[in-house]
Amino acid sequence: MSSDTRDVILEARNLAKRFPVGMKLFGERQSVRAVDGVSLKVHRGETLAVVGESGCGKSTLARLLLRLIDPSEGEVFYGGRNIAALPRAEMRRLRKDLQFVFQDPFSSLNPRMSVGAIIEEPMRVHGLGNAAWRREEVARLLTRVGLRAEFADRYPHEFSGGQRQRIGIARALASGPKVLIGDEPVSALDVSIQAQVINLLEDLKQEYDLTLVLIAHDLAVIRHMSDRVAVMYLGEIVEEGATAALYAAPLHPYTRALMQAIPIPSPRARKAAVKLTGDVPSPLAPPSGCRFHTRCPLADLRCAVDRPALQDVEPGRRVACHHWQRVAKEGTAALAEPEASQAARRRLSLYRDRSERQQNSVPQSES
Amino acid sequence: MQSDTATLPAAASRTPLLAVEDLALRFGGSASNVVDGVSFDVAAGETLCIVGESGCGKSVTSLALMGLLPMPPAEIVRGRALFEGRDLLALSRREIGKLRGDRMAMIFQEPMTSLNPVYTVGDQIAEIVRRHRPVGRTEARARALEMLERVKVPAAKRRLDDYPHQMSGGMRQRVMIAMALANDPRLLIADEPTTALDVTIQAQILDLMRELQQETGTALILITHDLGVVAEIADKVAVMYAGRIVETGPVGAIFDDPQHPYTLGLISSVPSLGERGGRLATIPGMVPTVDRMPAGCRFAPRCPFADAACRTEVPPLAEVAAGHAAACRYAPLERHFGDAA
Repeated sequence: MSSDTRDVILEARNLAKRFPVGMKLFGERQSVRAVDGVSLKVHRGETLAVVGESGCGKSTLARLLLRLIDPSEGEVFYGGRNIAALPRAEMRRLRKDLQFVFQDPFSSLNPRMSVGAIIEEPMRVHGLGNAAWRREEVARLLTRVGLRAEFADRYPHEFSGGQRQRIGIARALASGPKVLIGDEPVSALDVSIQAQVINLLEDLKQEYDLTLVLIAHDLAVIRHMSDRVAVMYLGEIVEEGATAALYAAPLHPYTRALMQAIPIPSPRARKAAVKLTGDVPSPLAPPSGCRFHTRCPLADLRCAVDRPALQDVEPGRRVACHHWQRVAKEGTAALAEPEASQAARRRLSLYRDRSERQQNSVPQSES
Repeated sequence: MQSDTATLPAAASRTPLLAVEDLALRFGGSASNVVDGVSFDVAAGETLCIVGESGCGKSVTSLALMGLLPMPPAEIVRGRALFEGRDLLALSRREIGKLRGDRMAMIFQEPMTSLNPVYTVGDQIAEIVRRHRPVGRTEARARALEMLERVKVPAAKRRLDDYPHQMSGGMRQRVMIAMALANDPRLLIADEPTTALDVTIQAQILDLMRELQQETGTALILITHDLGVVAEIADKVAVMYAGRIVETGPVGAIFDDPQHPYTLGLISSVPSLGERGGRLATIPGMVPTVDRMPAGCRFAPRCPFADAACRTEVPPLAEVAAGHAAACRYAPLERHFGDAA
């Protein structure tokens, strides 16, 4: 059993979601097992990242955790209650605590509503304050996410991607949530805007005492933002652990492969690492045994038939692999990012100092 | 810092296959040039990465070179692009159409939009071959098979008759590469070729491109926003901001001796994979739009080092070391702003 005794705020137990696809003329209806038996604890105040490649089920998991969609099986506990079984009306009340930030700020904001109305809506729905109070609150939230209060009267199409994501964040904060789930909240943004939004999310997390669940595929962003990581492959969690430990020594061959595939922004890091071959198999017909065995360099006969359980291997560390000890022993051609040259370090720190000084003196906003 | 870059091939010594000189483009009616005086070159076997964020003009530049930019609304304000002795920008639509897919080719970010959904991938590769070569159907099909094998599509013979939608994103990108290379082009332009792909697939595609380039000696221009990809594959780098090249040099110089504040800002904006650091140093504000381009240095409004002079005078792209140039009047920065060490 896990030795983790910290306060659990959100917990998934054996969560599964199947989506029916098409219809066979004869025989049973086919379904994609997008999430297949996921158990996961989110601790109060932490940032937990769920990482995986397209089709691994991470976005579906995020939606299940907040019950934006109903699970096929399993339970989600929040505040001691199974929200997967809660009547709609009660669930709606709970939404105040559980908010979502979407990847695509373009499609998640109603184009016909003014920015002010968009941000005010959650407060109105949950009956917070009166109109005057809410108007002030909208202005405060806008300023807090780095936008101008006057923007309340404008419409989403008038804003850039980064600004829209800030609007999405302001809306998510409006009801005073306890848990914020972000589904790739920065991945559609340009590098420089992405950095701004990452900083903003981190500041807000402290300020509002939030618990963050971050769905992402960018391992550098995850390294920077999260305390713990869960790695998903084809609907299952294959490894979970504290971020620093997991990055220093991945125990699942898939985690290791993911790490080795990241292009490192240093020309001296060019590597001839072992790369994964092949594509992710279709979740319509996941492989037998360990789902990763078709791409795994360590796979043997056992892996093809015997599905490895997600087991506790160290306090706070779980892995689902028959050969995790071998992975541990082999070590990783670690993610050692070679240190920048002296000239680069000097200029980067010059840039950092200078821009921090400037941003502190001028109230910075993206406008 | 010199020794770090000395190990890289001396790009300057090679004759360029493509030399773009002072290219300026604008869209009809807009107040300023969307690409404003851009020069770069690339030699056979060499990889030039053009790095920048959305709206910096990197894609517009490559489309113009390929003759794929609709004119009007776009127009060439000035400049030329010499490719094998001919100015690409002066060619007629027919002439450049003959070059494209033959002597030069392009790969896009989303292969699904550039592949025709109603033809098999084999037919599409064969069609490209037959458009430029006097070969029969059988021969073209044989070439298509050969190309699919070269880009390592498993069970190539069978996949020849697949339609694009039957393939994964990674396989479709391989097909795109096979099509682009089918006629042994001398120049290949790849616009964010791995951006839509998962990281393990991206690694495969980058490996493949590198390997094929070594085999064929094709010159490669790779357009990307990802500094990791740049570090992985580039020989030379051009950093673009708001339609201008702000820094260019051998890949080692860009990472080990970055000069332009925008380059520094970009590098700082990427979270590190190492120890968890504090806040990211960011670039404040956002990219200017084409109808509100600042005078002087276009980066000045976001630059922590900028002063009044930066806001009025356009800084020239000046050499700071052999083959390494930056468009900043205060490069190297430490000489003007003391040391922060």
